[in-house]
Amino acid sequence: MTETLTFLLSGTLLAGTPLLIAALGELVTEKSGILNLSVEGMMAVGAIFAFMVVTGGGSYWVALAAGGMAALVVAALFAVVVIFTLANQVAAGLAVGILGLGLAGLIGDPFEAQTVPPMPKLPIPGLAGLPVLGRGLFDHVPVVYLAPVLALATWLMLTRTRLGLLLRSAGENPDAANSIGINVRFVRFCATLYGGFCAGVAGGFISVVSATLWADGIIAGRGWIVVALVVFGTWRAGRIAIGAYLFGLATLSGLLVQTTGVAIPSQLLTSIPYIVTIVAIALLSMNPKLTWLNAPVSLGQPYLPTK
Amino acid sequence: MIRIEPRTRAPGLWAAVPPVLAVLATILASTVILNILGVPPLDALHYLYVAPFSSRFNFAEVLLKMAPLLIIAQALAIGFRARIWNIGAEGQLILGAIGGSLLPVAFNDSVNPLMLPAMAAIGMVFGMGWAAIAAWLRTRFNANEILVTLMLNSIALQLLYYLVSGPLRDPYGYNFPQSALFPDVAMLPTLISGTRANSALIVALAATLLAWGLTQRSFVGFRLRVGGLAPGAARYAGFSEHRAIWMALLIGGGAAGLAGVFEVAGPLGQLQRVVTPGYGFAAIIVAFLGGLNPVGILAASFFMAVIYVGGDVAQTAAGVPHTVNLVLQGVLLVTYVAARVFTDYQVTWSQRAKA
Repeated sequence: MTETLTFLLSGTLLAGTPLLIAALGELVTEKSGILNLSVEGMMAVGAIFAFMVVTGGGSYWVALAAGGMAALVVAALFAVVVIFTLANQVAAGLAVGILGLGLAGLIGDPFEAQTVPPMPKLPIPGLAGLPVLGRGLFDHVPVVYLAPVLALATWLMLTRTRLGLLLRSAGENPDAANSIGINVRFVRFCATLYGGFCAGVAGGFISVVSATLWADGIIAGRGWIVVALVVFGTWRAGRIAIGAYLFGLATLSGLLVQTTGVAIPSQLLTSIPYIVTIVAIALLSMNPKLTWLNAPVSLGQPYLPTK
Repeated sequence: MIRIEPRTRAPGLWAAVPPVLAVLATILASTVILNILGVPPLDALHYLYVAPFSSRFNFAEVLLKMAPLLIIAQALAIGFRARIWNIGAEGQLILGAIGGSLLPVAFNDSVNPLMLPAMAAIGMVFGMGWAAIAAWLRTRFNANEILVTLMLNSIALQLLYYLVSGPLRDPYGYNFPQSALFPDVAMLPTLISGTRANSALIVALAATLLAWGLTQRSFVGFRLRVGGLAPGAARYAGFSEHRAIWMALLIGGGAAGLAGVFEVAGPLGQLQRVVTPGYGFAAIIVAFLGGLNPVGILAASFFMAVIYVGGDVAQTAAGVPHTVNLVLQGVLLVTYVAARVFTDYQVTWSQRAKA
């Protein structure tokens, strides 16, 4: 019983961390008014670059940064297309996402099914020795502890700083922002790059920390779950964090059911996160006020500055 | 100094710029990528863009792959024009393939000539049913159809895996995850003898005509278009948004389901773990590349089919990974949506820098 609880806590953190990191990046991007649907592709690109760095003998931190930078380049392409050539953001997001998945598959072809050693853990002195909770919550790689810190920092940045105000004004009312001298397109460009970097780090986390292998299609729809997380976190960092860990838990439910010995097809268990996503979207969209009150007003609208 | 302004005149010839640029960029990108993979540029061009036309068999393969792309893209474009984003054609196709396989698996030695039409009907209903989940959640709960249809794709794939390794598996198939081979009455007639091209193409061309009639000549098509261009005006005119959502998703689901039946009743001849090489996603690109216009989509589906066959040729001839196809599809759509700036806006070059 305690074994199961430890496994649950630890697994939830491990599965929720990449979702949270990528979703916080997407949150910043969407707050600036840009809907980036290419998260899946950006995560895949981040995953393969991080994997290559570790395979080549680089450190895990360098690997995660490399994954972030690679995805940032992909995000830059998306940003140019939607901000400077004013493309439809849905179509452009799909397009760049497909491109990212393709590039990741192509670059990763020679690495298919290779593995890397796991990232060294950093047990927190004192706390890691606690029964059940210790090994569940405080015996992880450092990135796992940093993710909630990032959530807190993102919340503070968005609600308590001038930078957050800049971002929100670009996303809420770009015309007004422009009229007081804010360079809306520049703000949106930077926010999109930041979102890309986060997606890349998250992808890297999946390939070199949690899965420790490369396989084409390793992201397996998690990029889309990230996009959904921002929607049902109603664009708030705290709720997104809760959502990310609940999803982490949902991905484990399959394994958990198997331990009880009930015979359920493995395909149904694999489908659980997707089913949970659909149900969650439906329940949280039911009250349109909740969405409209929190969604950035100009989300997804191309912006052409008037002089 | 480049200036971008809202368009005040009809784009005229500018309308041709995005697709032409997209095709050119794709040809260039494919040459560069294959060169990096060690294939000389002239060989790359030959594999991808000449080989598909160089033999009867290869050209028939182009027609074979064009059919599902064309059927699905025509239907998706109807929804996209109304700004209803059905990204779930891949899953709806899988459901169609499953539905279409039920009769030939259950009546494996049947000689009833009604088998094929019945399979098509069941497959379409399955595809529509899968899309209806998204339509219902959108109209009843306001759930975003992009996310729902995408999640349904992943679930459809798991459902297929379950069925081919369990209930629909061939009991005499040595445990391979595939169904029994279909009887002759369940197979599509061949179009060009000695090749795999089949009569699905005829249906695809008929679908094109139908789509053209619906979008250009019918009131339903007009209502859908107004709903996409000016939702406020559509509401004011009393055009129901819910009806538009249901129509767009059911048409898309039905078409994708039919394409799924044609895969199992055509080149595959049985239900397998892989029933589509990404046709559902590629059709989205085809719909955009064709400018959401039935005639444009006809041309775009042909080009996309050429890339598919060219990619296959490059894979067998030079060992190029199959993911090259995905990269090229990405380049095609990215360039297209970026180049749309020339038709959606007025791009002018002024000598004088802005003061």
